[in-house]
Amino acid sequence: MQLTVEDTIQWLKQFNDRLSEQKDYLSQLDRAIGDGDHGINMARGFQQVAEGLDGDFDEVSDVLKKTATTVMSKVGGASGPLYGTAFLKMSMECKGKDVDAAVLADMVEAALGGIKQRGKSEEGEKTMIDVWAPVLGTLQEEDFDAERLKQTAEEAMQKTEDMTATKGRASYFKEKSQGHLDPGAVSSYYLFAELADVIGKGA
Amino acid sequence: MKKLINQPEQIIDEMLDGIVSASPSSVRRLEDTTVLVRKDAPVDGKVALISGGGSGHEPAHAGYIGKGMLDGAVSGEVFTSPTPDQVLEAIKATDSGSGVLLVIKNYSGDVMNFDMAAELAEAEGIETAQVIVRDDIAVDDPENRRGVAGTIYVHKIAGAKAETGASLEEVQATAQKVIDNARTMGVALSPCIMPTSGEPGFELADDEIELGIGIHGEAGIEKRKQMTADEIAAELVERLLPEVDLADQDEVAVMVNGMGATPEMELHVFNRKVQDLLQEKGVKVYDTIVGNFMTSLEMAGCSLTLLKLDDELKELLDAPSHAAAFKK
Ligand SMILES: Nc1ncnc2c1ncn2[C@@H]1O[C@H](COP(=O)(O)OP(=O)(O)OP(=O)(O)O)[C@@H](O)[C@H]1O
Ligand SMILES: [Mg+2]
Repeated sequence: MQLTVEDTIQWLKQFNDRLSEQKDYLSQLDRAIGDGDHGINMARGFQQVAEGLDGDFDEVSDVLKKTATTVMSKVGGASGPLYGTAFLKMSMECKGKDVDAAVLADMVEAALGGIKQRGKSEEGEKTMIDVWAPVLGTLQEEDFDAERLKQTAEEAMQKTEDMTATKGRASYFKEKSQGHLDPGAVSSYYLFAELADVIGKGA
Repeated sequence: MKKLINQPEQIIDEMLDGIVSASPSSVRRLEDTTVLVRKDAPVDGKVALISGGGSGHEPAHAGYIGKGMLDGAVSGEVFTSPTPDQVLEAIKATDSGSGVLLVIKNYSGDVMNFDMAAELAEAEGIETAQVIVRDDIAVDDPENRRGVAGTIYVHKIAGAKAETGASLEEVQATAQKVIDNARTMGVALSPCIMPTSGEPGFELADDEIELGIGIHGEAGIEKRKQMTADEIAAELVERLLPEVDLADQDEVAVMVNGMGATPEMELHVFNRKVQDLLQEKGVKVYDTIVGNFMTSLEMAGCSLTLLKLDDELKELLDAPSHAAAFKK
């Protein structure tokens, strides 16, 4: 597996398309256990990311760095700093490197560490972390394939439904947050589903 | 959806320009940002106070800009925390070299975005300190409590402290004292409509109210059948008093805050009962304010804040303020 600059741009563009398609759905999920802005926040920010991807990039790290800066200044809310930090950490991790499977796993590990630190949160709190952590597990396995990556993300996203939120706005709903998917986990699932799609096409 | 707006995407931008046109001699907007600052910022020799958060809480936060209160306010999209670059612009524009205090309400979005801005400011050699307001007792875990109307007292009192020429550390300590002694709880009678989607932020049946609601419609303690003003006042006073921990001679400041759509008439009806109850319980009221201070778009309902005072807090509460939404 090799993730090129073109693949990375393709990945982010597909993620943006997915977000704009699912904007209302994501906001609706957030309305149930938050304040209803997750879809709008993400779609607004990644629209700008997509528009900024037409320039020349020397390496994957540069694409991700540009993404991080745009996300931090355009998304807002809780997801802005969290996704912004994730992209920044991924960019730092792959600086000067070709992105193969091992580097990709290191990137996601760094991103997950960044999200946890920024959000002062751990697995099992019904957040996007509950998708990122299992995805990391899969990426660290010897011979994962695109299909497995997508499946892991999807199952992890679904598992947030039964969890009780202890971080973010959903935590005010306590047990009543059960029975609802976490919006950030769903958008993170889209991110990895599109990554799997791009990797799958390349393989 | 009937709203007095143009394009929903333009609301924040147009509101900010509108606020400046209402107070052109005291407030200005930093170009290409969502930041409003005191016209005379940075104020020499004074610690600057910055607050902010999502929009939809007007007059918070920009209405509290002025001598005696805030130096700057950063506005995000409706109910969405502003981004770190905007907060950084506010910090840079208001710092006189004496440092900047960030007044942050306890929401993960606000905390993270202001934190990142503080890191960026540090990289540029600007000293900042922060306080995190968590006055909403509807949330059990004190660490996880939301920042709501009590924030106004932080602006007022820490703002007055900054005007005395106190250091950043001293202003922070005073702000923290306010936070430690302010407790709030709110109630919603009907939800607000999100301008971007045209949808209500949460559901509430016609004959239902929600106790302990947050200022973005986040869940409260419980839904109840409709109650009278007196009953709601009793419920809120009952829940707040044990949380303020009053000794015999202590005095409190009382804020009855409208959530946006509740007529002042009703706020006064509610306040009358609050005052009666406090008197019955032997609580001395030093100061009362009634009005719309921290709203939630057109949500109907109100919140009650009690702030336990000491001599320092009284003096600073009484100090002059030129802020458009809090003239004193
Ligand atoms: N402390 C945290 N750690 C990890 N993830 C978090 C944390 N807080 C929130 N999240 C994630 O962010 C998502 C919500 O993002 P959203 O863009 O709706 O922000 P928000 O909480 O509404 O912010 P704001 O309060 O400023 O509007 C949640 O679904 C969750 O996955
Ligand atoms: Mg949200």
